Amino acid sequence: MNLLIDIVIPIVKILIIAHMLIIGVMAMIWSERRVSGWIQDRIGPNRVGPQGLLQPIADGIKFLFKEDLIPNHVDKPLYVLAPAMLLVPAMITVAVVPFGSSIELFGETINLQIADINIGVLYILAITSLGVYGVVIGAWASNNKYSLLGGLRSSAQMISYELTLGLSIIGVLMLSESLSLRDIAIAQGEGVWNCFIHLPAFLAFTTAMYAETNRLPFDLAEAEQELVAGYHTEYSSMKFAMFFMAEYMNMIVGSAVTVTLFLGGWHFFGLENIGGEGSLLAGLMSFAIFFVKTGIFLFVFIWVRWTLPRFRYDQLMNFGWKFLLPVALTSIVVTGTLWIVTNQSLLWIAIGNVVAAFIVISIVAGIFMVDNNKKVTVDNSVGTPLSGLDAIE
Amino acid sequence: MSVEHILFFIFGGVSLIGAVSVITFRHPIYSALALIVTFFSQAGLFVLLGAHFVAAVQVIVYAGAIMVLFLFVIMLLNLGTLSLKGALSGKLKGFAIILGILLAIEGVYIAVTTLDNTDTALASSQVAADTTYSISELGELLFTDYLLPFEVTSIILLAALIGVIVLVKRGNQTEN
Repeated sequence: MNLLIDIVIPIVKILIIAHMLIIGVMAMIWSERRVSGWIQDRIGPNRVGPQGLLQPIADGIKFLFKEDLIPNHVDKPLYVLAPAMLLVPAMITVAVVPFGSSIELFGETINLQIADINIGVLYILAITSLGVYGVVIGAWASNNKYSLLGGLRSSAQMISYELTLGLSIIGVLMLSESLSLRDIAIAQGEGVWNCFIHLPAFLAFTTAMYAETNRLPFDLAEAEQELVAGYHTEYSSMKFAMFFMAEYMNMIVGSAVTVTLFLGGWHFFGLENIGGEGSLLAGLMSFAIFFVKTGIFLFVFIWVRWTLPRFRYDQLMNFGWKFLLPVALTSIVVTGTLWIVTNQSLLWIAIGNVVAAFIVISIVAGIFMVDNNKKVTVDNSVGTPLSGLDAIE
Repeated sequence: MSVEHILFFIFGGVSLIGAVSVITFRHPIYSALALIVTFFSQAGLFVLLGAHFVAAVQVIVYAGAIMVLFLFVIMLLNLGTLSLKGALSGKLKGFAIILGILLAIEGVYIAVTTLDNTDTALASSQVAADTTYSISELGELLFTDYLLPFEVTSIILLAALIGVIVLVKRGNQTEN
């Protein structure tokens, strides 16, 4: 019996989750193309299978049979290693995400989570901080100036936005008094969802996550119009597919983490306890709720892609350091202070967070505008920039 | 041989191989990657000791943040293959040899003194692994017993931050 609990059940969980991730990636590829088509008022892929559902499989087969080209000028060991260095962190982050409550099976309580470790949030931050190496090493090993530029941009961007990512969840951790993702989700089921208490931190976290996953409007690392394809310009066949899969896996895992930290995890106003707590039905229901929430969040990913244009590099840095980081820092100070001052009133913390974030953004925007005006006067004194044909020549 | 023993030898071995590779690889990028491997396996050793928080911070700060900056700089300067030959001049060479000998003596001393009571060392590490230190305990210790070192560290970090800003600002002024 001990063997079953210690070895068989974790392996089954890992197998299920790993395969769900892969299938999730396929579903995301299909839905990205279909939703993009829908948003742009065109049809999108609809030839392979009903509604084009088999398109990802066709893509996968195409990737497998394409020639696996390794250019002569690359640094071969690192060139081969880079896709794996991006894909592995993307896959193992999911280990600490609770994707449902618990079910009773064979007289044992099974948590719907691979590993409930007591530093879950730190584990996620640690593993996501490793993901940047795949991009940077791939970019450098390609020995291509477009790739290198993409890699440099990506590393600067990741370092900048990782700070916001880490700081914006500290308010959540303070109120949940735990670093375990399961505890945080359970605390939200008993109380209020964190996104209502920490609205500015939630928005900052989501924005930073978009930057961490290299999605539009933050996809400067692979900006097609400027850098061909950025860090994966030189990659083809399955190696390119691994970069591709890693991006979608990061999106899925990022959405799942956001749902757990801010959107109540598997809770939905008591619906997760249908058929009694701990029953199979309740377990499946909680899993379904989590699945739907993550799906909605993933849809927003695609929606944002076709809504917002790409940031310019200086805008990206200004936005990260001058707006997101102060907002995240204020949320820590305000949450901590109001927790003591108002005797743990969640309503006041929620209001205080929004007001404080508003004030901070106004102040920063004021300073920022003055700064911009200065730059314009300096530029005028130097002379007008080259335009049109002059610039090209 | 318990699972912990096997894991200890894996992590310890990998970190040793990584550390040696840092100085034997010709190319700075490979050296930096080897250093990341070393940091990561040290995080594994911390986990075995029950210090989960330290392990996570090790990965976030060293493997995640500092080494990215290292790589960033190496890539930006586009450093080629480096050779140690001729890199050390006469005086520096003597200094390096003395330091190396001192370090070797220290290593041997530690190995000899702890070899006698390996069993107690293993037992104490077993105790450490069984009692997982929670973050709330760590925070309490930091803000009570170790408050002064903690505050001093933060002031040092602040000084470094201000120093960087001053250096950058001064550079801009001379350019204009």
